[in-house]
Amino acid sequence: MQQTGAEILWECLLREGVDVVFGYPGGAILPAYDTMTQYDIRHVLVRHEQGATHAADGYARATGKAGVVVATSGPGATNLVTGLANAMMDSIPLIAITGQVAKGVIGSDAFQETDVTGVTLPVTKHNYIVTDVRELASTIREAFHIARTGRPGPVLVDIPKDVQLDRTGFHYPDDPIELPGYRPRTIVPKADFERAIELINGAQRPVVLAGHGIIMSGAVAELRGLVEKADIPVALTLLGIGGLPASHRLCAGMMGMHGEAAVNHAIQEADLLIALGMRFDDRVTGNLKTYAPGAHKIHIDIDPSELNKNVKVDVGIIGDVREVLRELLPHVEKADRSLWLARIDTWLAATRERDILHHDPQGKLWTAHVIVDLWKATAGNAIIVSDVGQHQMWEAQYYRHEEPRSLITSGGLGTMGFALPAAIGAKIGRPDAEVWVIAGDGGFQMTLGELGTVVQEKLPLRIAIINNGFLGMVRQWQEFFYERRYSATPLVNPDFCKLAEAYGIAAFRVDRREDVIPAALRAREVNGPALLNFVVESADSVYPMVPSGADLADMIRRPSQPKAQEVHE
Amino acid sequence: MKHVLVCKVENKPGVLNRISSLFRRRLYNIDSLTVSPTENPAVSRMTIVVDATRTDARIVERNLYKLVNTIEVKDVTDLPAVKRDLALIKVHTNPDTRSEVLNLVDIFRGKVVDVAPSSVIIELTGEVKKIDSFIEVLKEFGIAELVRTGLVAMERGRSDKEVPAVAAAQQVNI
Repeated sequence: MQQTGAEILWECLLREGVDVVFGYPGGAILPAYDTMTQYDIRHVLVRHEQGATHAADGYARATGKAGVVVATSGPGATNLVTGLANAMMDSIPLIAITGQVAKGVIGSDAFQETDVTGVTLPVTKHNYIVTDVRELASTIREAFHIARTGRPGPVLVDIPKDVQLDRTGFHYPDDPIELPGYRPRTIVPKADFERAIELINGAQRPVVLAGHGIIMSGAVAELRGLVEKADIPVALTLLGIGGLPASHRLCAGMMGMHGEAAVNHAIQEADLLIALGMRFDDRVTGNLKTYAPGAHKIHIDIDPSELNKNVKVDVGIIGDVREVLRELLPHVEKADRSLWLARIDTWLAATRERDILHHDPQGKLWTAHVIVDLWKATAGNAIIVSDVGQHQMWEAQYYRHEEPRSLITSGGLGTMGFALPAAIGAKIGRPDAEVWVIAGDGGFQMTLGELGTVVQEKLPLRIAIINNGFLGMVRQWQEFFYERRYSATPLVNPDFCKLAEAYGIAAFRVDRREDVIPAALRAREVNGPALLNFVVESADSVYPMVPSGADLADMIRRPSQPKAQEVHE
Repeated sequence: MKHVLVCKVENKPGVLNRISSLFRRRLYNIDSLTVSPTENPAVSRMTIVVDATRTDARIVERNLYKLVNTIEVKDVTDLPAVKRDLALIKVHTNPDTRSEVLNLVDIFRGKVVDVAPSSVIIELTGEVKKIDSFIEVLKEFGIAELVRTGLVAMERGRSDKEVPAVAAAQQVNI
């Protein structure tokens, strides 16, 4: 039976297991939208295409499945760019379907024509323009294959309007996909494997650096198996949070620019770093020349181009971190490294004492207090979708994540405005989970139009705005490095509660510490979405801080405060 | 140090753009890049000369592999390989200098492919250094126009028994 390109598109998505797409219609994608209603696929109408990419991204991070975005040509497609770049940086499997002007007018600067494959080339893992309806099904299938396998990433498929209307016989191939230039696979030369085992078994002061790869490859149990057997402390990257439960005795905490001071000290003192599914980003290494000077380095990653890119390693193993860990584990010797662990614990005790806020809560509200109280009010069980900036770092420091995929945040690209739309995707992907947005007042206003989507889709999100009237992280850099010249960082904000009410969203304003938990508990009882406007102190900075390019151990520390109060108590 | 990468890619629209975009995006320096068809119509072949004093050639190679359309990349810099460049050089001549120019063409085993009253076009094939020095000696006569194809390279044939260690190691880079 002959089918149109539009029908074939949806048939393909169904066969790839897609049950929800995030999108926005327009001229060049109308044929696809016209037939969409015949298929059992939920369409979430966003308010801006950037929101669709973040929603699909949040969906993918929460579920482990590929997220799907649909947009029209020209402005619809260019609005995807930020979201694609974000997914590219954090290796998120995403499929973007864009309409294109008809083949006959491509290149003529037709209405809403943009060279979308050209524009998105550097921010996608791969992209396609389909010029023949007979190639549509195999292209969609390849796109999913490429997005999901190897190091995952976004793939865009641009479909001219006439190709959506052309007819052909539909056949969805089921033979294994063979792409001559795409063969992601695990190859571990025996010598490297043996050298890695030798280094692990011989190390006195090893540290595991666990990244996003642990979560994406589903290697949580394998990671735990390795570190428990060999008694190795674990430092997490921002995107690795949840890879080992925060309460686990071997979980030391986050590394890097705003990581635990003790963790950064441990890395600098280590004699072996075992990097698993992470990429030695400049935000976690600081100055490369002085990074972990006494440590041998083992790097296990699925992307060969990451090995020796930033940090020269002694052993580089290319492969899926879960598979590699499974092979390594039987050869790793049981060990007792209690001396090394005790040393890290001493540092931890000392640094927690100093770095966890010692603010007096009387009459004032500090962000760290809000995060800790939200952690308590949700019993640590929520999926937190954080935005970008100070609140994101405080969240990573003070919300203790026990499960993988319980923190969803923009890591590599640092995309303000990510949280609200990403939470839409996360909630749709995991409807039974309690999903909280934590966003600054700056980032929230970048994509607040998606409140309309939240209401239209009846999503009971809990939205916490950390409202300090500033672009806080930029303000902090200005305070530390630009002699307190606060250029373009103060914000004049709307009344967020009234704004929420305009959308029919329940809203609460909180400006005292003692009201945080009661307000959070009330928000959890709301039938539908709820917004909490936390009005916090603006003169506050995230500590510790490794200045950009400084040595990892060279941290700016919180000046001690007169009235000490342990936040986690 | 110059590195010579031989890169087999799918013969599809936009692939050259993907390769050049990669070099632009990561600030790798291209000295020359040639593209041509191969014995297989589905495959194109590129010879890319990169300046590896600024960029680790292995990183370039691995990033080339990340492109979905890249089938094979081989760094032939240190492998036994035939490396050739072709130049067309239009040189000013007059009755006094013509025979001297033709003499040089002979010494360098070039070919005169066009003769006009006041100029000749010389075709020269060879290693990059040879062409460089030929151009150098022609300069005193006055070069009117110059074009070079850029380097092309092909690994030399070998007996089935010997597998160079370098090549074996490179097979890991998928």
